[in-house]
Amino acid sequence: MSQVDPLLSNQTKNQAEGRHPRPSATLRARQDQAARRAFFIFTLLPVLLILFITVALFFRSWPIISEYGLSDLLFGQVWKPNKGLFGFWPFILGTVWVTVVGVVLAVPLCILASIYLAEYAHTKTRSFAKPILDLLAAIPPVVYGVWGLLAIVPFVDDVLAPLSTRWLGSISIFSVNQPTGFNILSAGIVLAVMIAPLIISVMYEIFSTVLNDLRHASLAVGATQWQTIRNVVLPQVGPGILAAIVLGASRALGETIAVLMVVGNIPQIPTSIFDSAYPLPALIANNYGEMMSIPLYDAALLSAALVLLVVILIFNILSIIVLQRMTRKK
Amino acid sequence: MDAHIQVKNLNVYYGKQQALKNVNIEIPKNQITVIMGPSGCGKTTLLKTFNRFFELTENTQLTGEVLVDGQNIYDASVDVTEVRKVVGLLAQRPSPLPMSIYDNVFYGMHIHKMKKDRKEYKAAVQHYLEIAGLWDEVHKRLHDPATSLSIGQQQRLCLARGLAVEPEIILGDEPTSALDPISSQNIESRLLELKQQYTTVIVTHTLRQAKRLGDYVIYMYLGEVIEAGPAHEVFNNPQHERTKAYLEGQI
Amino acid sequence: MSLFTKKHWQRRHVMEAFMKFIMRVSLAIVAGALGLILWIIIVRGLPSLSWDMVSKIPEGGYYMGKEGGILNAIIGSAYLATGGTLLAMLFSIPIALYLKTYLGDSKWGQYVRLSLDVLWGIPSIVYGAFGFTLMIALGMRASLLAGIIILAFIELPIMTRAMDEVIRRMPIDLEHAALALGSTKLEVALRVVIRQMLPGITTAILLGFGRGIGDAASVLFTAGYTDRIPTSLMRPTASLPLAVFFQLGSPYPEVQQRGYAAALILTIIVLAVSLGSRWLSARLNKYTVK
Repeated sequence: MSQVDPLLSNQTKNQAEGRHPRPSATLRARQDQAARRAFFIFTLLPVLLILFITVALFFRSWPIISEYGLSDLLFGQVWKPNKGLFGFWPFILGTVWVTVVGVVLAVPLCILASIYLAEYAHTKTRSFAKPILDLLAAIPPVVYGVWGLLAIVPFVDDVLAPLSTRWLGSISIFSVNQPTGFNILSAGIVLAVMIAPLIISVMYEIFSTVLNDLRHASLAVGATQWQTIRNVVLPQVGPGILAAIVLGASRALGETIAVLMVVGNIPQIPTSIFDSAYPLPALIANNYGEMMSIPLYDAALLSAALVLLVVILIFNILSIIVLQRMTRKK
Repeated sequence: MDAHIQVKNLNVYYGKQQALKNVNIEIPKNQITVIMGPSGCGKTTLLKTFNRFFELTENTQLTGEVLVDGQNIYDASVDVTEVRKVVGLLAQRPSPLPMSIYDNVFYGMHIHKMKKDRKEYKAAVQHYLEIAGLWDEVHKRLHDPATSLSIGQQQRLCLARGLAVEPEIILGDEPTSALDPISSQNIESRLLELKQQYTTVIVTHTLRQAKRLGDYVIYMYLGEVIEAGPAHEVFNNPQHERTKAYLEGQI
Repeated sequence: MSLFTKKHWQRRHVMEAFMKFIMRVSLAIVAGALGLILWIIIVRGLPSLSWDMVSKIPEGGYYMGKEGGILNAIIGSAYLATGGTLLAMLFSIPIALYLKTYLGDSKWGQYVRLSLDVLWGIPSIVYGAFGFTLMIALGMRASLLAGIIILAFIELPIMTRAMDEVIRRMPIDLEHAALALGSTKLEVALRVVIRQMLPGITTAILLGFGRGIGDAASVLFTAGYTDRIPTSLMRPTASLPLAVFFQLGSPYPEVQQRGYAAALILTIIVLAVSLGSRWLSARLNKYTVK
């Protein structure tokens, strides 16, 4: 397997071929060189695409960033484009609330489910669960949105909100201040289900990097399976679990259609999970039509996309590097 | 003979393949029993039925009985973790747990809540590291990760870890096959020292080790026990053709 | 009472049983969510599903509850997803081949895989916004072509990684055997690796298609929406996800109902594609060396 820089090795190979004037061999080798170069250019595409997306969005956002300054945009409280006020803060908070609720709901379920699949389940259960998770991952966001609208919003409104009023009303993040189920909790539940397949499959992968010898060493002294998981398996996979959670969170951050269908879309600073919110992706999607009608509006929306992109890039790169390291150890 | 383990009509299947065929043997108390035979003959499988480790493989099936101190460890009322506490295992490859040297020995005792306080645990850890002949080498770095030890030291640590839960039986699945000659010898001499207090069952594929360690010998071939008896009898006067052939190095 | 009998229910045994129980419940909740989603979509979507829905384009007054269907969106989505998948294939096959034959686990290979995984994680709304900037720069309007290009970007990392995962499991011996016979790497790539890749390619195509047909946020910016079936690449086009989305936003209950039905159609297509890829790759895997 070639480990050398492809361009560098071209030269050395070409020199070597000078000494072997077998025509057909040279021709084939030349083809090989040409193909190598062509292929190499193809692999530049994904790397360049990331840069290109970032630069393009930055370029388009520059008019508003240079006029208002980044901190005024990010921490501005008021969003009134026709008066020239572009404050992202309520939307940023909305995104954070929705993401945190989704992740908090998904993570315990995902950790438990993936431990079960990796440590306890028989092959049969696994081969039953895998396609279910795949299907769950394949369902389009808009269908999740419909489901949220038809099932989750009424459920939150009719069941969870009254329960919360009754038992948790005194705690401010659980207080019910709005009459509908279009709120952060609904969006969080929908998001939790959407990101669960990804988190579970990444965590499952991580658990299977732990050597069986270690499990057996613990079982051999009479530990129960849970004691073995708790004391031997979990300490080994900490960073991987964290990476899986961050990866899930970054998916939740960018989810657009499904969230915007159930979250209420009221630009306010939320104080409770029963409040409506207006996350950044929803802001972009809802207003794309008027983008060109007001000065700087397009730049504002594209800089919202840029903010989202930068945060997600950071989350993604960190967690993927951790995961690549862990799975390669195997 | 004072039998510690009795195996009665034992059959084991991996899926449809039969790994053990109608095994009936007795393993004497406080002696070293050596199970030998060509690879794939089921000796490791037999060993792993003694601590119910073979169950960790999926699609296995077992009929018959394995009695430890006269009690069938496959009885429905049996708690498998109690079995594994009484029947310790020294694995083929040393597998220190990913924690400190101290914690490796502490681990099993802690799991079974065997001691009252830190002082007792500390004393016990020292005691078992001494028995395993490791104390002098590690007492200054008890809190270093166990993986920092050499392979031979790791295997002795695993021995200490196994002994710390006060088993009555020690199983060894080719416990020296991953070690260098000096470390192997070290482990062998530990096992010889310990045989007064523990019933030891060792699987080995080297005849010389069998001769050095064995008080009692079981010879297996294709999932069946061909011959079992005191070492001097089996080695000097094998009753079965196959055993003879094996001892002469034909298999 | 024997030596090994559970003397009493110790804490650790209670813990074991409890943990196992809540793990099972967790898995059941996640798996049950799929059932719940399908149930709701079927129950609410089925009543309005009719032959007209899938065979007619919207007629006058359709958005107030009158005659018509969403054939425009079905065809539009088929064009978009097919185009996007074909375009993404043009790039993903060479990249996957190059990763396997020339790069392996080298540094550059790792960077390429990292960037593919990162691209995979970029949300479609950002792709949409990026597509919008591209369109402004090129002076394009919302069109089928723009939608196809953006979907190709979205599908590229998914398809490449799917192929990469399949061929990475291919035994290295096979490649070495071919190299030892005097083949160049290019010949190995074209003759040996690509045959091994076949199941990977089919899985990748269906995976990419499934993702492309369900994506809403990116086509919102790039493909627009229209009641006609597009006749050229430069025309805007409707798509199923947006058909669902827009109809749900309508104040007319009949139109909302049709939104549910459209969601059902989309779900059926996506599930069929997903199950199909599973079935196909299981079949094709039989014919490759493992």
